[in-house]
Amino acid sequence: MLKSFSLEPSRIALNLAVLFIITLWTLPTAGLLISSLRDKNDIAASGWWTALASADRNQVGRMKGKADQVEKDGKFVISGNLFEGQDAVSGKVSAFGSKVQAPEANAAGSTVDLEGGQTLNVNVDGSYVLTSPTAFDNERGSRVFFISSQPPRFTTENYETVLFSEGIGRSFVNSLTVTIPATIIPILIAAFAAYALAWMKLPFRGLIIAIIVGLLVVPLQMSLIPLLKLYNAAGTFMGVPSKTYLGIWLAHTGFGLPFAIYLLRSYIAGLPKDLIESAQIDGANDFKIFRRIVLPLTFPALASFAIFQFLWVWNDLLVAIVFLGSGPDQLVLTGKLNALLGSRGGNWEILTASAFVTIIVPLTVFFSLQRYFVRGLLAGSVKGG
Amino acid sequence: MTAQIIYAFITVVLGVGGCFGYFYGSNWLLDRIFPANASNDASAVRNLRIQANTRPWLFLGPALILLSLYLIFPVIQTFWLSFHDRAGNKFVGFANYAWAFSDDEFRLSIFNNILWLAVVPALCTLMGLVIAVLTDRLWWGNLAKSLIFMPLAISFVGASVIWKFVYDYRGEGQEQIGILNAVVGYFGLSPQVWIALPFWNNFFLMAILVWIQTGFATVILAAALRGIPEDTLEAATIDGAGPFKIFYRIMVPQIYGTILVVWTTITVLVLKIFDIVLTMTNSQWDTTVLANLMFDWMFRGGGDFGRGAAIAIVIMVAVLPIMIWNIRQANKEQGGH
Repeated sequence: MLKSFSLEPSRIALNLAVLFIITLWTLPTAGLLISSLRDKNDIAASGWWTALASADRNQVGRMKGKADQVEKDGKFVISGNLFEGQDAVSGKVSAFGSKVQAPEANAAGSTVDLEGGQTLNVNVDGSYVLTSPTAFDNERGSRVFFISSQPPRFTTENYETVLFSEGIGRSFVNSLTVTIPATIIPILIAAFAAYALAWMKLPFRGLIIAIIVGLLVVPLQMSLIPLLKLYNAAGTFMGVPSKTYLGIWLAHTGFGLPFAIYLLRSYIAGLPKDLIESAQIDGANDFKIFRRIVLPLTFPALASFAIFQFLWVWNDLLVAIVFLGSGPDQLVLTGKLNALLGSRGGNWEILTASAFVTIIVPLTVFFSLQRYFVRGLLAGSVKGG
Repeated sequence: MTAQIIYAFITVVLGVGGCFGYFYGSNWLLDRIFPANASNDASAVRNLRIQANTRPWLFLGPALILLSLYLIFPVIQTFWLSFHDRAGNKFVGFANYAWAFSDDEFRLSIFNNILWLAVVPALCTLMGLVIAVLTDRLWWGNLAKSLIFMPLAISFVGASVIWKFVYDYRGEGQEQIGILNAVVGYFGLSPQVWIALPFWNNFFLMAILVWIQTGFATVILAAALRGIPEDTLEAATIDGAGPFKIFYRIMVPQIYGTILVVWTTITVLVLKIFDIVLTMTNSQWDTTVLANLMFDWMFRGGGDFGRGAAIAIVIMVAVLPIMIWNIRQANKEQGGH
């Protein structure tokens, strides 16, 4: 009943309202994507929303000199094209003038009188005809100021720049090096712990669960100083650098564990009791039950958590700043982007392309695995919170 | 670059392999040292009991060690540091807390944090609820929800670049390339440096978090709305209730619990908000919040661990009521086994 098609005014209003909200929500990201594909001069010259329309651009063209003049019907004529062999970007001329202050003085196609009886005619395609009653004697031609409209142009140049010369490509590899183990390790550790807390007999089980739930809300910033001190001490003691990939994997694992255990425990505890008990009666030990029965059945919950943790680690800035160095071999994408925000604040072509490279991976993961992601969210808050 | 990829691959394999190795190895050792199929029955029973007592700790061990090291130890250490001087050597009692409450910047952070708490969770939940109700009746509702949900996958730094571009400012009379100033200019008003307007800039930063978190609220609330029995809605329609009455009297009361969950989850997030302020304004123009103030005291200008720790404890205390509520809920849910 609710999903039938009809053209009542209220339904049209509803569609429009949702369309409006969607537009509002996607506009900022659209701006980023479109800008990253524009020429860097265009980005600075006009808003990204004008990118699909033709852009007007003020240009300067220089006409040919006396060497190219021809005499015709008692007049001296120089003709050519403003777009030829010049710095001018080709497009369609809409107006032209002989003074820099007024490039819009004359409409394209018209003929104007200049000083000394000269006339100038410029057409839309850029071709011009300059005539004079006397012979031209200037070595270089005089300049014409004109407005041309450019068709929309898109380029992948910005991406080439950021990937190969701004170090974003390298940071991409670093981000993967951090993210993959920092996603897999907590899953394993949490799945074992969750099983133990759901199905095994052990003292203080309730207390341990309560503490883990409590740890869910510890502000992460709080752990940084003590851990940094600890890392430095451990590094000095063992004679190794304190900022290593192993260090950040373990840090992300530690920070991700409360949510992982919490999410997986509620899922594993919900598995049918008969299944586990009959396996126990058959003489299987817990390790075997976990591997053969629980792990395969828990796959959806594992996938949800994996997506969460992946997005979390990939998008993290703070932990990466603190636990990894800022050299090219350790700087991750978010850190790189943050550094670019400082050093390349006004270079939107660098910033937009870099930002898009950093968000493309999480967006792909998100759109392809959305089902699991949503399921995890639901399990994490509706059931438990 | 190639060397880096190979190195990365090897470290990944070692890290993940080590983890697998622990679980397989420790369980294999347990089965080997105390075999369940021992020669005589008495020792088999004894071995089984040892196995049953030991194995949970093999399973839980790594998790407990990591949790203690990365969360419990830092909490205790921070508590201890908050009563000590800047280097953490001399006991100073409550001096750091006394300093905090008389410090203008700290008061400003508290004020800003309260502002965030008052605006963001309410706005996200409200917008989420409205969008969930609206999209529920559209054939393209799922697509719409995906698009609203999408910012949740974007990092705070990425979001900051996106929004800095939205708020970009050019002097009056110049062509604006930031869409907000372009819109403002279209209505004939003068452009503003949005993130540097004292007080109001807080709201421009909050907009980013609302943009990110509304999708979360939408998805959770949409699922809850689906759970409302169809017949109650039909009964209300038959009784002549209009759409707004159905919304306030039927839908909202039925999903009240879920609304509360969404609200508290976003509240916890807001209390810890850090990245947006760091990347957008770096605490300038009166936008600092507690987490950023703490970060500044800990890592900038030589650092004062005592004061930083005191601020951390204040954040912790603010989160505490929600923590207790969470534990209660978990215990309630635990019933079964």
